[in-house]
Amino acid sequence: MGRTVAEVIRETTRDHLTNHRGLFLGQCVTAVGWIGGTVPAMSEAEGIVELSLADVTNAGIAVGAALAGRRPIYTVRYQGFMWYNAAPIVNYAAKSKDVWGVPCPVFLRAIAMEGNGIGPVASASQHGLIMRMPGMPVCAPMSPGEWTEAWNWFMRHDDPLYVSEHRRSFAIDYEFHNSIEPEADITLFPISAARLNAVEAAHALRKEGILCNIQHLVWLKPFTVTDDMRHALSQTKLGLVIDSDFEIGGPSRSIAYDLMHQCGAPVFALGLEDRSAGVADALDNPTPTPERIVRVVRELVRSGRTVPAGATIE
Amino acid sequence: MNCELEQRTPAFGLISGVAGTFSKDYTLKLFAQTCFNRFFEFEVKNAYDRGLMKLPIYLSVGQEHIPAAITSVFSDCLIFAQHRAHSVYLSFGGDPRQLIDELLGRPTGCARGMGGSASIHSPQIGMFGHSGLMGDQVPIAVGAALGSAKPVLTVMGDASAEEDYIYGALGFAVTKKLQVLFVCEDNDLSILTRTPVRRSWTLCGLAQGLGLPAVDITDDPWLIAHHVKQFSRQLPAVINIRTCRGLWHAGSGCDGPPEWNRFALIKETMKTLELEQDALAIESETERTVQNLWAEQLRKS
Repeated sequence: MGRTVAEVIRETTRDHLTNHRGLFLGQCVTAVGWIGGTVPAMSEAEGIVELSLADVTNAGIAVGAALAGRRPIYTVRYQGFMWYNAAPIVNYAAKSKDVWGVPCPVFLRAIAMEGNGIGPVASASQHGLIMRMPGMPVCAPMSPGEWTEAWNWFMRHDDPLYVSEHRRSFAIDYEFHNSIEPEADITLFPISAARLNAVEAAHALRKEGILCNIQHLVWLKPFTVTDDMRHALSQTKLGLVIDSDFEIGGPSRSIAYDLMHQCGAPVFALGLEDRSAGVADALDNPTPTPERIVRVVRELVRSGRTVPAGATIE
Repeated sequence: MNCELEQRTPAFGLISGVAGTFSKDYTLKLFAQTCFNRFFEFEVKNAYDRGLMKLPIYLSVGQEHIPAAITSVFSDCLIFAQHRAHSVYLSFGGDPRQLIDELLGRPTGCARGMGGSASIHSPQIGMFGHSGLMGDQVPIAVGAALGSAKPVLTVMGDASAEEDYIYGALGFAVTKKLQVLFVCEDNDLSILTRTPVRRSWTLCGLAQGLGLPAVDITDDPWLIAHHVKQFSRQLPAVINIRTCRGLWHAGSGCDGPPEWNRFALIKETMKTLELEQDALAIESETERTVQNLWAEQLRKS
């Protein structure tokens, strides 16, 4: 059994702080659980900096530390708090190289979570918030290898990187594999925690005789349509992007648009519903569940090839 | 210490005889830099009025001596300012030709034409650009101090000081004992809205409440240098400087004479220091130098 995502993050962070003059910045880092076990038990003198609860200030501090050459790992414990944190990140870190030619490499770990009554603000992924502004690549790794790939990219480049993490990834100790079935009916393009649900949904659909290709999406911006994606879509002529961010104005629709235009097949989007999540289980607004994905895919496959692209699915 | 918002006089917090505690050479150098900044801004105004610039400009006329005073005693630092920072850039040694080119939108400008008047920078002098988000240079400066362990200067205005993240930045700097000098060029105006209309508290009161050394003073350059020198040994610290913006917030217009004319007062002080003739010579020579510099740079187009 390999290392979990949490272990990989923890050990990579330790190495960065120990051997590369790196800094780790965040709120309540050393409190309960050390952010899901992703932070090494190191001291402030060793580079773990506890910030105050001033979110906007904190993002600015991370930007300043990056300008000073420390390649900080800046962690936002709840991705919904990016609505505070985004201002210095998108207005300075993401623009610094374009405007002044001065690199500002911040590794921004924004952690999504859902369920357990987390409520309308702290829940959900918010990578779409960053994607719409220039200057900052966005990825959503879910496996140890994918997270390592994101880190290596960051260390090889001098750009800031937005890493949309999901709490559900922390325990994962395996890699995901894309699948292309010879007789598949639809190609799924899941993102973040939706990948776990999409895999589960595909198993359930297979029992009904509906076969799904799965093309896991990790790098959301810049988004590249690969040959495998083209091949899968050319075969099924029907696609669905599934995300743990909101659907309207969100990454799922944006990526579906790119896929449609580059592959010529109708590609639909499925993300969080356009409503506030409630604390009670029944009122939550989570990543599309396997059951919801099954329902939508069933409907698309039944009538999909005649449904105009962009039409409401549910 | 009196921190009342309405305390706006040219003598607010002045220490009697403070100019006399500095050497003649020091004072002449300070005056020369002040003149350079001032005449540079007049040339920007001229070029702007002639339609040579197609961008918003933020002139520091009336406040041009403040960075000249700061750099005279606090220069080996990283710098984070915002708009109205031409004089900061020039005082700390930024290349005036690159600034002219930037204002003219040329690729040879200090920000290759991307920054304009509001977002100038100079890696050579450790000055970082400003995004345009008022006051965001302050937490970024604090982060740079954390990351670099170098002294850092950050300059804000009285309106930027109201941004909520200034509070967080001051608090973090004092908590972690970071070497940051926070300077507020307080011209009492957010565009044209006076400070007492916008808030009932003072930046110094806020800073002192957080445990930072802070002083609220008028914009006499020797007084500024005196306090900067003192504070440079006990950073982080805050200096709020009551000053007068001579021209519009953006553009080159003027709404009438300022509350006080610091440049004239500086020359009065030079007279009491028996440096009147030196001052006159520096003033006319600097004016000529700056005009020639602009003429030469404009010809390059």
